[in-house]
Amino acid sequence: MTTMAPAADQKAAIENFAKDLELEIEGRSLWADARARFFRNRAAVTSLLVLAFIGLLVLIGPYLSQYQYDGIDWANMATPPSLENGHWFGTDALGRDLFVRTLLGGRISFMVGILGALVAVLIGTIYGATAGYLGGKVDMVMMRILEILQSFPFMFLVILLVTMFGRSIMLIFIAIGAVSWLSMARIVRGQTISLKGREFIEAARVCGTRPWDIIRGHIVPNVLGIVAVYASLLVPGMILFESFLSFLGLGVQEPMTSWGALVSEGANAMTVAVWQLAFPVAFLMITLFCFNYVGDGLRDALDPKDR
Amino acid sequence: MSLLEVNDLRVTFSTPDGDVTAVNNLNFSLEAGQTLGIVGESGSGKSQTAFSLMGLLAKNGRTGGEALFEGKQILNLSEKDLNSIRAEKISMIFQDPMTSLNPYMKVGTQLMEVLMLHKGMGKEEAFGASVRMLDAVKMPEARKRMDMYPHEFSGGMRQRVMIAMALLCRPKLLIADEPTTALDVTVQAQIMELLNDLKRDFNTAIIMITHDLGVVAGICDKVLVMYAGQTMEYGTTDEIFYKPSHPYTIGLLESIPTLKTEGEVLPTIQGNPPNLLNLPAGCPFQERCSHVMDSCREHIPKLKNFENGRRRACFWAASEHTAEGASL
Amino acid sequence: MLNFVIRRFAIAVPTLLVLITISFFLMQAAPGSPFTGERSLPPEILKNIEAKYHMDKPLYQQYFMYLGNLAKGDLGPSFKYRDYTVNDLLSQSFPVSLKIGSVAFLFTVLVGVTIGTTAALKQNTFLDYIIMALAMTGVVLPSFVIAPLLVLIFAITLQWLPAGGWQGGGWHFMVLPVVAMAIMYMASIARIQRSSMIEVLNSNYIRTARAKGLPWKTIILRHAMRPSLLPVVSYLGPAFVGIITGSVVVETVFGLPGIGQHFVNGALNRDYSLVLGLTIIIGTLTILFTAIVDILYAVIDPKIRYQ
Repeated sequence: MTTMAPAADQKAAIENFAKDLELEIEGRSLWADARARFFRNRAAVTSLLVLAFIGLLVLIGPYLSQYQYDGIDWANMATPPSLENGHWFGTDALGRDLFVRTLLGGRISFMVGILGALVAVLIGTIYGATAGYLGGKVDMVMMRILEILQSFPFMFLVILLVTMFGRSIMLIFIAIGAVSWLSMARIVRGQTISLKGREFIEAARVCGTRPWDIIRGHIVPNVLGIVAVYASLLVPGMILFESFLSFLGLGVQEPMTSWGALVSEGANAMTVAVWQLAFPVAFLMITLFCFNYVGDGLRDALDPKDR
Repeated sequence: MSLLEVNDLRVTFSTPDGDVTAVNNLNFSLEAGQTLGIVGESGSGKSQTAFSLMGLLAKNGRTGGEALFEGKQILNLSEKDLNSIRAEKISMIFQDPMTSLNPYMKVGTQLMEVLMLHKGMGKEEAFGASVRMLDAVKMPEARKRMDMYPHEFSGGMRQRVMIAMALLCRPKLLIADEPTTALDVTVQAQIMELLNDLKRDFNTAIIMITHDLGVVAGICDKVLVMYAGQTMEYGTTDEIFYKPSHPYTIGLLESIPTLKTEGEVLPTIQGNPPNLLNLPAGCPFQERCSHVMDSCREHIPKLKNFENGRRRACFWAASEHTAEGASL
Repeated sequence: MLNFVIRRFAIAVPTLLVLITISFFLMQAAPGSPFTGERSLPPEILKNIEAKYHMDKPLYQQYFMYLGNLAKGDLGPSFKYRDYTVNDLLSQSFPVSLKIGSVAFLFTVLVGVTIGTTAALKQNTFLDYIIMALAMTGVVLPSFVIAPLLVLIFAITLQWLPAGGWQGGGWHFMVLPVVAMAIMYMASIARIQRSSMIEVLNSNYIRTARAKGLPWKTIILRHAMRPSLLPVVSYLGPAFVGIITGSVVVETVFGLPGIGQHFVNGALNRDYSLVLGLTIIIGTLTILFTAIVDILYAVIDPKIRYQ
């Protein structure tokens, strides 16, 4: 389980990130307003709770079962869900427990989503803030590069990468990171341009602060909140990206698994063992569903004119 | 018969927090060729009055009372009946010329479609008539402009287009909702001059909605002063300007900067308009009024005639200003 | 306008070149050769093979040879199917993918815009709620989930339509694949179109149009439709890429003889030239399509045209 180590790091990072965000939120009534609006949105709050539940399940669920994700139960191959033998979601054709496998697949999905969001925030913010703040020719060139990258069919480039370098989860993370920051950079650039005209930036410039220090000290902290929110909107897309690759057999490798891979196996067995398809599909759909509702809620909370 | 007679006009919006009465029992009348100014702060209900006459209220808005145009009720008409009045008999120009023209259509097309719809003109005829109307609103190079998009026009030029569009069918009544608010001061003057000329040339009655008393003085025959959806004072422009009788009107007039007041602190009306969801009992203006009395806090002052056709809603005796004519 | 078109295509050319270059050098950077591994070949034969694929020449020479051949429309020999060229393989499969892809794309856009507009015009009615609930579900139904579900329901259980196969492209072989490719993007377009139409209908210029006494139908068709389509038009690029990407899965699930099979097999068999060729073809299509979409945008929005 080599892939679990970075997950712990990431979790810590996310927690820190959330704390920073909280501090920032505290300071502004704009954020308090948005938060109030968000919590009035029942669908979004319910979705958030469901997501938290799935997240928790994915994190601790596998330890509740007596089975291992790669352990083969020779007595129960492709058996339907049952409480008696402890295979709550049934088993696959090799006799592996689907409950544990589904939850482990979920770990991959959540990791991909969180990591993608982090990369999006990191690269997107730096790139977008630089382009937006410096403006002029630099901005033009940077935006042109972005345009070029955005018109790439990335999925195919990833398949190309997989062809060349073989299949590995790292490759998928790199690929998702490479795609996720593009639209974020655009958003940050827009925000930066509107910030640039504000008095406190002017003041910093008049004082002779260097551009990089202004970007780091004034622009980035001010766009970070909104950027984090938009990053969360990108999460479902990134989960889909990974599931898609895994479905094609180009993603996570056996005996590890992910929702995409499970859906693929389930689809092959659906005529005889429909539960093998049903559980991963249900988890994937509910997760995406909730992410979308939370995303909609956040957007409406921040940008109420849409309603 | 008056061109337009409005009796007890009410506009109510249903909101999640309860019903809001934006316009409360408004009465006024307008003769052909006359100009009425409706004056008030933002949120006083003056724009909603205009929208209700055109059937353009937001979906949650309802109207009550009557508005007789040439003797016929025009409130709560079906969309079809409204469409035979809009632009043809009553037309409207809006506050924000930057967003009121469709940015995705050529200006010419937007003008011509009015004539083709209401007058049944063909393309060429409509084109000619539109160009003539653009000339009439003093648009330079009118013919060339027909082929251009709104974003190629300045704010003042766009408002000229809006005015031309409103006058295409020679309506009897033009409702101008703050037509100069969004424009530069010099452009404001040009637009007001244009409206004055057009009023004379086309003999169009105008309802001029504004918060700018200077605009009223320049063009209006009669003035209606609104506050929190209610009429405060109603009379001819001269009477309102030279013999204001309502504390609110007086306050408004005092807060106009003049050359004489240079160096002094400009008087203002303290405070803000009340929340329409939660109006105080009694007179809506009580909290800001410098002549407030006990009765103002308990009863709503009735709108009463007190001089030839002049009306006001106030308990404060108007004697100082209208010593001889008071007939309360 | 002509200026704009020329300029837009002028950007497309370097984008394409960058794509080809990146793809080509990625392939070269891959560890090992595609011929090492499975079974060791005698050195002379390996040498012969490498000569056949020009792999004995310096890198830059290979690059320019590849570019030169590409300009002539020659994608080179397949690394796996040694008797075939990439062109041979694609000439049979590409028309199938093109047919099904374009039907799916048209279907997606037309239906998405229609139901989105309908929901906007019936805002906050029962019909609106139904459409939006369906769209919300559709948004979380990626092709790899919906495809097996459709097969399970309509082919296996109800037996209305075939579970797969092509047989020259009869319509009943196309229904399920097209629906599977379309649903997710159709739902997204419906949502985008609904909110953009609502925003347009609340705009000042629609109020002006109403004040002009225009009938409601004219207002919608002449004044509101065009501007309301702008957000959908900018979504067409991503939707196009998404549908093409999804087609790989759908073709696999339904066993269609399109390019999807080559993509997956090529990736699994490390058939460099095949995957490279496919990436370049799809990249070209995407880049051209993005350019066309931008031009379409400019046709609708006069402000873009004059910039």
